[in-house]
Amino acid sequence: MTTQGHGPSAQQTRAVPESAKRGRRGRGGRGEFSMVPEAEFSSYYGRQVVKESPWEADIPAYLFSGGLAAGSSLLAAGADLTGLPLLRRSGRFTALGALGFSMVALVHDLGKPSRFVNMLRTAKLTSPMSVGTWILTGYSPFAGLAAAAEVADLLPARVQRGPLRLLGLAAKLGRPAGLMAALTAPPVAAYTAVLLADTATPSWHEAYRELPFVFVGSAAAASSGFSMITTPVAQTGPARRFAIGGALLDLVMEHRMEQTMGITAEPMHQGKAGKLMTAAKWLTAGGAAGSLLAGRSRTVAVASGAALVAGSVCTRFGIFEAGQASARDPRYTVVPQRERMRAAAAANGDQPADLDHAPS
Amino acid sequence: MIGKNSLFGPIDPAVESGYTEPPSRKGFFTDTSICIGCKACEVACKEWNEVPEDGFAMLGMSYDNTGALGADTWRHVAFIEQPGGREGRTGTPPSATVELGMPGPPPPTSSEGAVATDEKPDFRWLMSSDVCKHCTHAACLDVCPTGSLFRTEFGTVVVQPDVCNGCGYCVPACPYGVIERRKGPDGTKNVGVAQKCTLCYDRLKVDQKPACAQACPTESIQFGDVDELRERARTRVDALHEAGIMDARLYGDDPEDGVGGAGAFFLLLDEPEVYGLPPDPVVTTKDLPHMFNRASTAAAALLAGAVVAFLGRRG
Ligand code: SF4
Ligand code: SF4
Repeated sequence: MTTQGHGPSAQQTRAVPESAKRGRRGRGGRGEFSMVPEAEFSSYYGRQVVKESPWEADIPAYLFSGGLAAGSSLLAAGADLTGLPLLRRSGRFTALGALGFSMVALVHDLGKPSRFVNMLRTAKLTSPMSVGTWILTGYSPFAGLAAAAEVADLLPARVQRGPLRLLGLAAKLGRPAGLMAALTAPPVAAYTAVLLADTATPSWHEAYRELPFVFVGSAAAASSGFSMITTPVAQTGPARRFAIGGALLDLVMEHRMEQTMGITAEPMHQGKAGKLMTAAKWLTAGGAAGSLLAGRSRTVAVASGAALVAGSVCTRFGIFEAGQASARDPRYTVVPQRERMRAAAAANGDQPADLDHAPS
Repeated sequence: MIGKNSLFGPIDPAVESGYTEPPSRKGFFTDTSICIGCKACEVACKEWNEVPEDGFAMLGMSYDNTGALGADTWRHVAFIEQPGGREGRTGTPPSATVELGMPGPPPPTSSEGAVATDEKPDFRWLMSSDVCKHCTHAACLDVCPTGSLFRTEFGTVVVQPDVCNGCGYCVPACPYGVIERRKGPDGTKNVGVAQKCTLCYDRLKVDQKPACAQACPTESIQFGDVDELRERARTRVDALHEAGIMDARLYGDDPEDGVGGAGAFFLLLDEPEVYGLPPDPVVTTKDLPHMFNRASTAAAALLAGAVVAFLGRRG
C-alpha cells in the first residue's frame, strides 16, 4: 500500500497520477471502475485517523464472562423450573463466578473499585457503558442471591434452622431470585455489543446490526458448554439444545455481519484477529456438532463443552482485536466514508467535484 | 428536553444542554491557507494549560514531530509536503499557494519576494493546525458514563479531570481521534485521565481569547462567535476561489454534517484525509436508537431460545 511507507515520500499517494494508480491497483486488471471499494486513498503519512480504544485484555475477558454469567442464569432458571437440580446448581454457581470475574476485569480496567461506584453517579441513556453498569447492577443481586440459595441448599437442614438462619431464608428466595436473574440476564449478554458498536472504531461500528446476535449466541454457546463440563449428561439435555441454537445463531449472524460490513470486515481475516476468528468458527462449529452426540458420553460432552467455551473466548477476543486493528489503519476510516459520500452525491445527482477518483 | 435533533442534526448545543440564555457559541476558524507552521499555537497551548511535553522524537516522515492530537498534544500542526504532481489532477498549479519562505530549494530569483510562477519549486507545503472540533453532537460527551465530559455555556466540550474515571470510552468514540487517556510521564497531573483541548474554558470565562489564537502570528487561528466565524470563512473561501485557488474548501462548518457542525472548523487546500482528518465523520449516537433496538431484539431472542431449549424432552 503506497501510503504505508516511511520517509518523506510516504504521503504521496496524491502525487501519483490517477491513471497510474488505477493501473497499479490491479485486481486482475479490471476496468476503470469496479464496485469493489477502492484500495487507494489519501492519508496523512499513513497515520491513523481515529484512535483505537485504550482497552486491554480485560475488556474482551469481560465481554466473555458477562455472556457466560447471563447464559448460566438462564440455564439455572430453566433447570429450576423443569426439575434438573444439578444443572440448576452448576448454572447458579457459574453465573456468580463469571460475574465475579467480570467485575474484577472491569475494576482492573478502571484502575480502582471506587471508579465503578463513580459510574453510578449518573444514568445516561446515550452511554452504553452507563446503561450497562445499571443493567449489571440490576442483575447481580439476583444472581448472587440465587447462588446463596444454592449454598444453603447444600447445608444440612439443622444448620439452616440454626446459626445460619439467614442462609435458610435465602434458600426460600432461590426460585424468585433465580427467575429474576434469568429475566435480567439477556440484556447483560446483549448490551456489550452496543458498547463496542457505539464507537468510531470502524470494524465495531459497522458491525452494529448483527453484533448483538453474535454476542447472545456466543453467550448461549459458552454457558451451555460450561454446564456440559460441570454437569452429568443426564441433566444437560436442554443445555445441549441451547448450545446448538446459540452456536448456530453465532455462526450465521457472524457470517452475515461480515457481508454487511464492506471493507471493514477485512481486519477480521488478518493478523491476530484473523487467527482468533478462524479458531472461533471451528471451535464453535465443532462444539455444536459434538453437542449432538454429547448425550451418550461424558467425554464427548466435556470435549464439546470445552470447545464451545473456547470458541466464545476466541469470538470476543477476535472481534475486539479486529476493531483495534481497524482503528489503527486509516484506510478503514477513510475509504468507507468516501464511499458513503460518493453514494450520497450520486443519489443527489450532484457532480462529485470534491471527490477523489471522480470520473472525468 | 429530548427533541428530534437530540442525537443528530442542527441544534444550539448550549441551549440543548439546558442553559437558559447562554452566551453566543464560541469556536475556532482555522484558515490553513495562511498557516506558516510556526507551532506557536502548540507551544502556547502547552504553556497555558500545563500540558506535559510528549517527547522530542522526530517521526521521520516530515517536519511534524508531534504526529497527531492526543492527551499531550491539544493543538497539532500538520506538515504536508506535496511534490508537484497535482497539476494534472485539479488543474490548479501548486504555485497558486503563497510563497512563505519555508525550507526547500532556493527560488531561482532571490531578490524579489514574489517569484515568477513558472520558476517556483515544484512542490508545495500544506500546514494546518488541528484541534478538538467541539462538535455540536459530541460522541465523546455522549458516551461518557460519569458525566465527566460536559457542555459549557459557550457550547464547547470540556473534561473534568476530577470526575473522569479513566474508563477510556470517549477515546474510540471520537470520530476525529482527538481525545486520549494520558499515559504519563509519572508525576504529571491527570495521568490515566482523558485529556483534550478545553478551548481554554478558564480564559473564556474571563473574556480572554484561547491561548493558541492569541499566539498565532498570522491569524490562521481565529477565535470568536461561531455564527460570525462561519460568515467570515465563507467570504474567505469565495475570495480564494476568485483568486483561482479552486482547491480551497471549508471543512466542519456545516450544521447539516455528521456531527451537527463542528465548533472548530477549517479552511483546507486539499481533501481532509490529506491532513489526517476523516472525510465524512458521523457521530455514532446517530445510530444509537437502532443499536439499542437490535440489542433488545437479540436479548429477547436469547430468552426465547432458553425457553425453547427447556420445552419438550427432559434430560
Ligand atoms: S472532536 Fe472528538 S473530542 Fe472533540 S468534541 Fe468532537 S467527539 Fe469530542
Ligand atoms: S475516560 Fe473519563 S471522560 Fe472519557 S468517557 Fe471515561 S469517564 Fe468520561
